[in-house]
Amino acid sequence: MSSPNLVWPGRAEEGRRVLRYVDALSESVALEMARDPKVFLFGLDVDDHKSIQGSTRGLLEKFGAGRVFTTPLSEDAMTGVAIGAAMAGMRPIHVHIRMDFLMLCMNQLVNIAAKARYMYGGQVKVPLVVRTIIGKSWGQGAQHSQGLHSMFMHVPGLKVCAPSNAHDAKGALAAAIRDDNPVVFVEHRLLYATEAFVAEGAYVVPPGRSRVCRWGRDVTVVGISNMVVEALRAAELLKEVGVSAEVIDPIWLAPLDSDTIIDSVRRTRKLLIVDNGWNMCGAGAEIAARVAEACAADGPVAIRRMGFAPTPCPPSPILENAFYPNPATIAAEAFALARPGTAPWAPDPSSAKLAYQMQFKGPF
Amino acid sequence: MAATKAATAKRPSRSGADAGRIYGALRRIRRAEEEIARIYPTDKIKSPVHLSIGQEAIAVGVCDPLEPRDAVSGTYRGHATYLAKGGSLPAMMAELFGKDTGCARGKGGSMHLIDMKANVLGTSAVVGTTVPVAVGFAMAQKMLGTGAVVACFMGDGATEEGCFPESLNFAALHKLPVIFVCENNGFAIHEPIAKRQATDRLCARVATYGIPTKRFVDSDTRAIRSHVAAALPKMRKGGGPIFIECMTWRWREHVGPGEDYDAGFRSISTLKKWQKKDPVEIAAKALTRAARAEIDAAVEAEIAAAVRFAEESPFPPVEELYTDVFA
Repeated sequence: MSSPNLVWPGRAEEGRRVLRYVDALSESVALEMARDPKVFLFGLDVDDHKSIQGSTRGLLEKFGAGRVFTTPLSEDAMTGVAIGAAMAGMRPIHVHIRMDFLMLCMNQLVNIAAKARYMYGGQVKVPLVVRTIIGKSWGQGAQHSQGLHSMFMHVPGLKVCAPSNAHDAKGALAAAIRDDNPVVFVEHRLLYATEAFVAEGAYVVPPGRSRVCRWGRDVTVVGISNMVVEALRAAELLKEVGVSAEVIDPIWLAPLDSDTIIDSVRRTRKLLIVDNGWNMCGAGAEIAARVAEACAADGPVAIRRMGFAPTPCPPSPILENAFYPNPATIAAEAFALARPGTAPWAPDPSSAKLAYQMQFKGPF
Repeated sequence: MAATKAATAKRPSRSGADAGRIYGALRRIRRAEEEIARIYPTDKIKSPVHLSIGQEAIAVGVCDPLEPRDAVSGTYRGHATYLAKGGSLPAMMAELFGKDTGCARGKGGSMHLIDMKANVLGTSAVVGTTVPVAVGFAMAQKMLGTGAVVACFMGDGATEEGCFPESLNFAALHKLPVIFVCENNGFAIHEPIAKRQATDRLCARVATYGIPTKRFVDSDTRAIRSHVAAALPKMRKGGGPIFIECMTWRWREHVGPGEDYDAGFRSISTLKKWQKKDPVEIAAKALTRAARAEIDAAVEAEIAAAVRFAEESPFPPVEELYTDVFA
């Protein structure tokens, strides 16, 4: 690998070059806005000098203030505005710099966006993308760190996507923009600097297709959002002690391709889900239930879930570290699943640090 | 003649086509809802109904000067706006009956009426939620350069929701073509406005956003119509939103076909006062007895046909449960 930040998918092919996640996002939007004049992008700070941590950089210059503009701090009404514009034939992208702010949009997303197609008898569609970023580390604290994707997975009529790398971020965002339904597009702040090989032209990573990131025999590990990266590191550590972990990235959480996960668990009979959110009623609970329902008839399956500690997120680093799963805790949990009855094992924590996380400095 | 026509555009004459059309629109809404109330106890209607009987002047006054390209966004008490803007009466009646031929194929009910062919945007059962949606629809008209305006109806309760001032601010900031229409009937379900709002100066509050406002104390159809008609040309050219507050009275109970004057929270003497200003009867005064009879007969025939259509239409097949969750 040419860079310490390079993560899956790491294939160098013709027409691909190394691109950061954050640049893949802006590139995808630029391509879609050039392709379709109905696409526009709005949200607080999308047009300022910091351009949503770089993810909207260059768009104002390219497409002008008529298609790239800021909003008042009115998340509730602005979500309604996006929905109304979508019903009139536009394709809005509404940007929120933290996922926590989506709680202000819940009424419009759940009561109107998710239901309009259905409760209006198919007379309208709502092609809306809600871009949002999960924060982590450097003291983000309780209200700048939440992974709330499972709340949206719960509601029929919403699609949810949480790409873990630059390649999927670009393709899935294009797919979301072209989708005729509301999509909650969940990014992760710590992934912004990570790099992958990304094709220059437009392409889509379509809804409802999970990716097997790494093949393995002994245990299936499903990662969500940046937990894919942490699970891949855990898999490397597990390999050192002879445990072969298969790592799966659902990419799209709704619709969820659980078949890929179920196929894997049919072979390994062991499943560890590592979520970037709380376990209670979380994405992991849904995946675990589907796997249990599908696999129970042909023998026992061992299932474990990891996620945020069942607390708000604290900013103090000692507490914050304990709040999240990390490659060492993931590897230890996967080892216990894969080698039941043997002595517990945990890797040296210093070997479990991830370059992209160590590089991140605040303030935001 | 040209001068007469120009005057007509602003203020309908007391006789002729305008008077007939306005009376017909008012009478049609009144009688359609009275018919809904009559049928309701039979249980054929499978939907909670919030009748706008008594409030029809606002919907007709606002919608009459609108063009087909213009849109209207109503409330869950939305039969009047839907019909006034040209929404299909048979499709509405079938929707109330839960039938497959309903405007939302039996998946909306009375609180989620829609007719996009007539530019009637979908209504919502969550108070105020349609206000920003209407503003977004108007923003798209501006982006697309259609010249269309959106009439956005809300009740007095909706003006207490956070999205109301958020929407006013955004519409004013971007000079969006929205006619904000507050149907102020003084009650949110059963709670009087004096128990909910610190002052009654709604228009003054709205005006601080730089939006021209006007209050109509008795929901006079012709006055509302004239005001809206006069505002439209400037709005089509980017003049920005306007706001009107129309004082009115809900004759019937909050939800259902009956009345609620025995509950003690509002007085029947106020009803009597408003009934003396019944917009349907006021509009009828501009017509000859024969002209009125002719319109009444046509209205009755249309409503009877709509009810028959609803009754004879099939329920949706059970598979319909799963369609249109996604586009």
